[in-house]
Amino acid sequence: MSHHIVEFKNVSFRYPDGTLALKDISFRITHGESVGIIGANGAGKSTLLMHMNGYLMPTSGTVNIGDVYLTQKTQQEIRRKVGIVFQNPDDQLFMPTVYEDVAFGPLNLGLDEAAVRERVNFALNLVNGLELKNKPPHHLSCGQKSAVAIASVIAMEPDILAMDEPAANLDPRSRRLLINLLKTFAHSKIIASHDLDLIMDVCRRCIIIREGTVVADGPVSEILADKKLLEENNLELPLSFQRC
Amino acid sequence: MTFDTQYYNLGFLDQLSYKDTFVHRLDPRVKLAVTLLFLFTVISFSKYETVALLPFFLYPMLLMTLGEIPLIFIFKKVLLVSPFAVFIGIFNPLLDSGQIVILNGFTISAGWLSFISILIKFALTVSTALLLIATTSFPGVCHALRQLGLPSIFVSQLLFLYRYIFVLMEETMRIVRARNMRSFSERGKGIKIFVRIVGILFLRSVEKAERVYYAMLSRGFQGDMPTLKRFQIKSADVVFALCAVALLFVFRFYPATEILGRFVQGVFS
Repeated sequence: MSHHIVEFKNVSFRYPDGTLALKDISFRITHGESVGIIGANGAGKSTLLMHMNGYLMPTSGTVNIGDVYLTQKTQQEIRRKVGIVFQNPDDQLFMPTVYEDVAFGPLNLGLDEAAVRERVNFALNLVNGLELKNKPPHHLSCGQKSAVAIASVIAMEPDILAMDEPAANLDPRSRRLLINLLKTFAHSKIIASHDLDLIMDVCRRCIIIREGTVVADGPVSEILADKKLLEENNLELPLSFQRC
Repeated sequence: MTFDTQYYNLGFLDQLSYKDTFVHRLDPRVKLAVTLLFLFTVISFSKYETVALLPFFLYPMLLMTLGEIPLIFIFKKVLLVSPFAVFIGIFNPLLDSGQIVILNGFTISAGWLSFISILIKFALTVSTALLLIATTSFPGVCHALRQLGLPSIFVSQLLFLYRYIFVLMEETMRIVRARNMRSFSERGKGIKIFVRIVGILFLRSVEKAERVYYAMLSRGFQGDMPTLKRFQIKSADVVFALCAVALLFVFRFYPATEILGRFVQGVFS
C-alpha cells in the first residue's frame, strides 16, 4: 500500500533576488488528509506549493513526497504523484482545445490512445465538463476554465492534489459546486486559500503560515474559531462563525 | 475603441472556423496541401501575365461560397494588409517604362501591368491563406503541419501563439481601458505612457510564460508536444484534391481566359 505523505523538514527557500520566502518550515501531512494552508498575502503559500512538485528546490532542508525525497533526479516521479491546480486557469490551459488540454498530461505519461481517451472522458465527466470538450479555452467562462483546469490535473490520477486559491474569481454557485466536487475526492488534498469558509467545508486540518514559518497547525474547528490568531495574520473569522 | 474592435475581429475569424460545412469537414492536411500548391502556382506566373491570373479567383470564391464565409469580411482583411503590396509595386510604373499594347492602339507602360499583377497575386494569396484558417481553424492547420513533418517545436510555437494571443489581447484591452478611464482629453495618451504600457505588457508576458511553463512541467512535459491522431482521409478529400489539382493545372498551362472568351464569342456569333 502506498503512503501519500507530504513531509517538509526544516525547509528554507530564498528567491534569487534575496527574499527569504520560507524560513525553516516543517510539517507532515499524512495519507488521505485534507489540509488548508492560510496566511496573509505574501506569507509564502504559493512558494510552498511550488516546492510540492519540484518547480522550486529548497535552499536548505528536505521535501519528502510519498517516501521519495525531492531532488533533480526524482522531479519527474514527484510530478506524477502531486497534481497542482493553479490560481489562474489561463496559465494552466495552454492547449487549443479543452480535450487536448486534458489529454496533455496523460499523453506525457506515455499512455496509449484508448487509455488517454478514457481518462479524459472520466476527468471531464467528473467536473461536469464533458460538453466543453471541443471548445477552445478562451471561449470558456471563468468557472468553466477552473473546472477544466481541475480535470486536467485529475486526468493524471495524482496521489495528492494541491490547489492554489481554487475558488478565486468564481461566482457563488460555481464556488459551491467546486466545494462539493472537492469533498468527493479521496485524494490527499492541500488547499492554499483566503476563502476560509471553503477551507472549513473541505478541510479537516489547517496550517497558518506567516513570513515563511508555521505559526499554527491544528484542526480546522479550533484554528478558524480563534479570532485573535486569525486577526494577527490579516485574516478574519469565517462568515459562518461570525453569524453566531 | 479601436483596440476592442480589432480584438473581436480576430475572435470572429476564429468563430468562422467552428462552422460545419463541406469545406470545414475536409481533411486539414488536404486543404493545406492544396492551398500551398495554389500559392506556388499563382507565384509561378511571370510579372506581365496579368490576364492568366484572373481565373484563379475561382478557387477562393468557391471556398468562400461552400464554406459560407462572408465575402465582406475577407475583403476587409485583404484591404487591411494591402499597403504592403502597394508599396512593393508602387514604383514599377515609373521604373519599368517599356510600352505594351493591350487593346488596338491603346498602350500602357509595362510597369503598370506588373504592378497590377503584384496586386492580383497579393489578393489571391492572402485571401486563400485567410480562407484556409477560416475553414480549418488555426490549431487544425497546426496539426496538419505537424503531420506533414514540420518539426514539433515550430508547431508548439504556433499553437502557443494562437492560445495566448487572446489572453495577451485581453490583458492589453484591460490596461488600455484602465488608462482611458483615468486620462482626460489628450493627457495621459502620449507616447511616454504608451511606451510604459508596452513595457508592462512585456514583463507580464514573461511572468505568464514562466507560469505556463511551470504548468506544463507539472503535467509531465519533456520537450515534445504529444498529439492525438485524429484525421482520416475520406473519399470527399480525394475528390476535392483531384478537382483542385486538375483546375490549377488547366489554369496554369492553358490560357483559360482566352478559351472562355472565344467560347463566349462563339456563342454570340
